[in-house]
Amino acid sequence: MKKIIGMAAAGAMLLALAGCSGGGGSTSGEGEAPATEDLIVGFSQVGAESGWRAANTKDIQAAFEEAGIELKFSDAQQKQENQIKAIRSYIQQGVDVIAFSPVVESGWDTVLKEAKDADIPVVLTDRSVDSADTSLYVSFLGSDFVEEGKKAGEWVTEEFADADAVKIIQLEGTTGSAPAIDRAEGFADVIGSDPKFEVVASQTGDFTRSGGKQVTEALLKSNPDVDLIYAHNDDMGLGAIEAIEAAGLTPGVDIKIVTVDAVKDGMQALADGKINFIVECSPLLGKQLVEIVEKVVAGEEVEPRIVTEETTFTQEQAIEALPDRQY
Amino acid sequence: MNPTVTRALKHRLFWPIVTLLGLLVLNVAVRPAFFSIRLQDGHLFGSLVDILRNGAPTLLVALGMTLVIATRGIDLSVGAVVAISGALACSIIAGSADPNSPTTVLVAVGISIVLALILGAWNGFLVSVIGVQPIIATLILMTAGRGLAMLITEGQIVTVNSAPYKVIGGGYWLALPASIIIALGMFAIAAVLTRKTALGLLIESVGINPQASRIAGVRSRSIIWMVYIFSGLCAGIAGLMISSNVTAADANNAGLWIEMDAILAVVIGGTSLAGGRYSLGGTLIGAAIIQTLTTTVYTVGIAPEITLVFKALVVIIVCLLQSPALQTRLGSLRRRPDRRRPDRRRPVTTSTGGVLS
Repeated sequence: MKKIIGMAAAGAMLLALAGCSGGGGSTSGEGEAPATEDLIVGFSQVGAESGWRAANTKDIQAAFEEAGIELKFSDAQQKQENQIKAIRSYIQQGVDVIAFSPVVESGWDTVLKEAKDADIPVVLTDRSVDSADTSLYVSFLGSDFVEEGKKAGEWVTEEFADADAVKIIQLEGTTGSAPAIDRAEGFADVIGSDPKFEVVASQTGDFTRSGGKQVTEALLKSNPDVDLIYAHNDDMGLGAIEAIEAAGLTPGVDIKIVTVDAVKDGMQALADGKINFIVECSPLLGKQLVEIVEKVVAGEEVEPRIVTEETTFTQEQAIEALPDRQY
Repeated sequence: MNPTVTRALKHRLFWPIVTLLGLLVLNVAVRPAFFSIRLQDGHLFGSLVDILRNGAPTLLVALGMTLVIATRGIDLSVGAVVAISGALACSIIAGSADPNSPTTVLVAVGISIVLALILGAWNGFLVSVIGVQPIIATLILMTAGRGLAMLITEGQIVTVNSAPYKVIGGGYWLALPASIIIALGMFAIAAVLTRKTALGLLIESVGINPQASRIAGVRSRSIIWMVYIFSGLCAGIAGLMISSNVTAADANNAGLWIEMDAILAVVIGGTSLAGGRYSLGGTLIGAAIIQTLTTTVYTVGIAPEITLVFKALVVIIVCLLQSPALQTRLGSLRRRPDRRRPDRRRPVTTSTGGVLS
């Protein structure tokens, strides 16, 4: 019993020490507004689960190197506890700004409060947190998925302006995921106002090529006269292309395809004329993140929600953009 | 009651077959042209052809799983092996000078299959030589394997443009999908090897009692080792099919949860997870039910939010109908109640609680 008490006491002392060093670190950074060269930013990435994410990491690292700001980078390998550990260690090291892409939405209040108590501003990138207290972070930089769905819908209304009736198949992302919900909502908002557009079937393809292919195969048989396929990401669109070709039809001509993401394989299909239109969901937010960091440190006001600079691609634009596509 | 009807009712595959037919009837009711098959670009084209083609990988993996389960084991690593073999084959083809040359494809396929055999042998080694429990032994590769696949593809989706490779999962031989011909070929080989020789009997005896079998002179260790190697081989070929079907290797998603589908196919087919008696024909029906279920969801237009509930309901109904306890109860309603014990030859099939993907 004595031993346990002893250990607990030692643990408490360690914690107290850690608290001290954390506090000390942050005060040293507070006094004078540091020049860009002395800035240290801690960044905690979700992981390396996709080509999109890899491009995101690379872009952020390159942007900070170019700006001459020291970036401490850690990979959470899809685990929230790793991310919390990384943020705590950044607090202890007394970095100037912490940026991270939350693995999950909830459970951040405690660690963000610790950062706030240490006067370290936090910037969220790509994904948001569901905390009720918005003072815990200064800004959220990321894509607006609803806007992406709207852009896809707007292209469709223009493309089919002269048509009398348009039958649409929607390939949804993983059921319940934020991009899937928001991209469907944005799209429906735009085309919903016109009764000539009819979504004849909407099924999930789980953001994968094989999912997109299998769903399209089955749906094409029940709806052979479909005019357009709207896929929530490029990969499902690429699967749909294979299913359309197997049915003896020409993708991009007999059935038009519009997707979201603009990864390299999708852009290639767009340039080849198999996809008609892609709305970009860009992982390249490094430059904007650097700007936010510089503003925050200089004490300027930052918008609480900043949307990534994103564009759209037609087939002609894809041919031009393809050679420089990084991801 | 007519004796033929009674025998049919008592047959172990009666309820699975009824379920399969029921699903097909549901599809036809929703879309009368469901059974229509036409010739498109020189190959058969229709919903039934899709079911066969898309069901081939599950059937293959379930085939390997049946023999593993018959020895009272389980192989959770098949999904990871699927990802690895697809990733390796696609990376080799994508990195070669001429992706369309049949030699390149044969080399890539050969290397991937050898690796799948090695991975199967690793599982078999852990289970039969080291004596690790099968669920733990294969869990190691299940977790680590996907990471290995990610290493091979460097976290990217590797796209290949290779006509000969595309044949394996998306192509056609004699107007039929090549994948189902390969899967049924493997199935026939397994059936002949285990049912026309004593091998099947030995596998069952190891599953019922490994010690007793060993004392009786059965080489339990080699037999257990062999079934895991066979399961690895099946998963490896399934991985080639899945990546070939979409001409890309996706280390994150290829074969995700296929182990659960395979176990489910085995269980629906009436093979007990407790080992011993197994039914290859049952696995065939089980795999067909799982794929038809997926197609039914799309044809009937069930909303994605309730898809899993629908699938779960069908699976629960099949498992309940097959359970001896329920069958005796139903039987006693029909007949005069008698005190005979229920037929214990086939143990209770229970739901695996698996993820239905």
